[in-house]
Amino acid sequence: MSERVSGPENTELVGPRSSPAPFADRSEEGQDANASSPDSPNRLDGPLRLALFLLRAGPALILVLLIAVIAITTPLFLTPRNIGNVLAQTAVIAVLSLGMLLVIVTRGIDLSVGSTLALATVTGALVFQAGNSSFLVIAAMIGAGLLVGLVNGVLFVKGRIPHPFIVTLATFTLVRGVALWLSDGRPIQGMPSIVQVVGGDSIFGWLPISFFVVVGVAIAVWLLTTRVVWGRWIYAVGGNPEAAHRTAIPASKILISVYVFSGLTAGIAGFLTAGRTNAGAPTFGALAELDAIAAVIIGGASFLGGRGGVSHALVGAMMIGVIRNAMNLANLDSFFQLIVLGIVIIVAVESDVLRGHLENKLRLAQATRT
Amino acid sequence: MNPDSSIPFLAVRSGTKRFGGVLALDGVDIDVFAGEVLAVLGDNGAGKSTLIKCMSGVHRLDSGVIEVDGDPVQMHTPSDARALGIETVYQDLALFDNLSPSANFYAGRELAGPRWLPMGMRLLERKTMKQDTQDVLNRLQVTLPDLDTPVGLMSGGQRQAVAVARATAFSSRLVILDEPTAALGLREAARVLDLIKRLRSEQKAVVVISHAMDHVMEVADRAIVMRRGRKVGELIPSEGSREQIVSLIVGGDG
Repeated sequence: MSERVSGPENTELVGPRSSPAPFADRSEEGQDANASSPDSPNRLDGPLRLALFLLRAGPALILVLLIAVIAITTPLFLTPRNIGNVLAQTAVIAVLSLGMLLVIVTRGIDLSVGSTLALATVTGALVFQAGNSSFLVIAAMIGAGLLVGLVNGVLFVKGRIPHPFIVTLATFTLVRGVALWLSDGRPIQGMPSIVQVVGGDSIFGWLPISFFVVVGVAIAVWLLTTRVVWGRWIYAVGGNPEAAHRTAIPASKILISVYVFSGLTAGIAGFLTAGRTNAGAPTFGALAELDAIAAVIIGGASFLGGRGGVSHALVGAMMIGVIRNAMNLANLDSFFQLIVLGIVIIVAVESDVLRGHLENKLRLAQATRT
Repeated sequence: MNPDSSIPFLAVRSGTKRFGGVLALDGVDIDVFAGEVLAVLGDNGAGKSTLIKCMSGVHRLDSGVIEVDGDPVQMHTPSDARALGIETVYQDLALFDNLSPSANFYAGRELAGPRWLPMGMRLLERKTMKQDTQDVLNRLQVTLPDLDTPVGLMSGGQRQAVAVARATAFSSRLVILDEPTAALGLREAARVLDLIKRLRSEQKAVVVISHAMDHVMEVADRAIVMRRGRKVGELIPSEGSREQIVSLIVGGDG
């Protein structure tokens, strides 16, 4: 073998420092320096790294802080009963945000989930009236969600509509219209007992069963995003669609699949809503899509795609639930909730922008050092 | 270059490619040998990019043949080329900035099981992929700050190194590099040139497109010069031939 393969450990043998290829020598030195003192980079940009760490962990820290402050100022907040309330009220947003997460990771958006939720409850209620079969009711609700998701995905990918915003804006109104038409604009009472139990009952008198549905969906999405090839591909498509195409990742199928999954979570959210209210209604889930989008963004996933995980969606959903609950407990008018939520969204997105800026600085710092 | 074999790993014979009325490649003959760095030089629009795109399966020749190990081959897609051991690192690197180096290495060809499941449903073998990535990087003496860091947070040179290492990771035999040092500072460029030399010492064939004459002088064993779609010269780059190369590129009578 020639001197080309000599490792850093025998750099000294390669030749005098004044060899005709000074580039090569210097770079070997640089690698040596890096290898021998792996902690030196950390020292150099410590403050930068700390700031980045805080920004990345920010939403979770803020949530903990928020809960601490509310717990101290409002004794009622940490009672089992109220915790159960928060969890029950947050369940629908949490499930929707887990589906929205995958869509947003691929740089997309799904405005139709609130309407889809309503359609799911209405079809479920109609099927219950017609046949009294728990299985068919659940299948109808989940099926309605999957169907709308499939329509969204296929219209976007195969129909080549330029942006999912447009596609799902269309289905947002279309699906709500269908739900109103099917139900004649009125709520339809009656759900199978299993749906009522899962959506509305609690154990120990406070812990809602819907909480376990959220946990189940969260575990499924966590496995998908971190352990399964498909999930890896979702992030690849979100990170660099062009490169995904070149590396033979089935980008079109993946894009369709995230909308189908988002539809599925809307179906599950409809199931929970119908169970809690023992009814299907075309007005359910109004503005739920905005809550879900807000949860994902507040939680720290990037609207630019490619980053964000289950914890982000859950933290964001909890944040919204906790803020609403605290303001209810404090007897504040609901218009304050809107104002506070708006401010929280601005802060979250601004810190995402700041994070990108700091990461860029860190990269430049590394480039000049090596 | 390669005493024990006179058959080039890859050869283009009378390669011709036309885009509408423009003759992008005009009867080009090229041999690429294992264990050799071949530089492709030429001004903008000389046909260098078209040439490497034909060699990597992006374009198809209108006439002429491409041979691998002396046998004619058909390459319709980049995947065909990759299956033959030809990997290309484009100028934009095609990295996933949000993913780790090992996720980038294996993008689209993840190690996962069990095999009876469809590819998308399989579980990632994350530890194996990370370890293999580390092994390849060690072998090529590429040092990265942390294998869990997304490549988007790495410097230009580190990103280039990840892209080049990825191209060599899968028993590739020819690595085509498009302007590998163009976006880099002096030190980082030097590291990438070292990396190219290591590929050569691993008996890979390397094709480098570059405008940086100093870098070509340093790493290339042989250079071909293209002008207006034709190969106008082939020589050993050295300080003595520098003038000749430049005049070939600009179209003097060199």
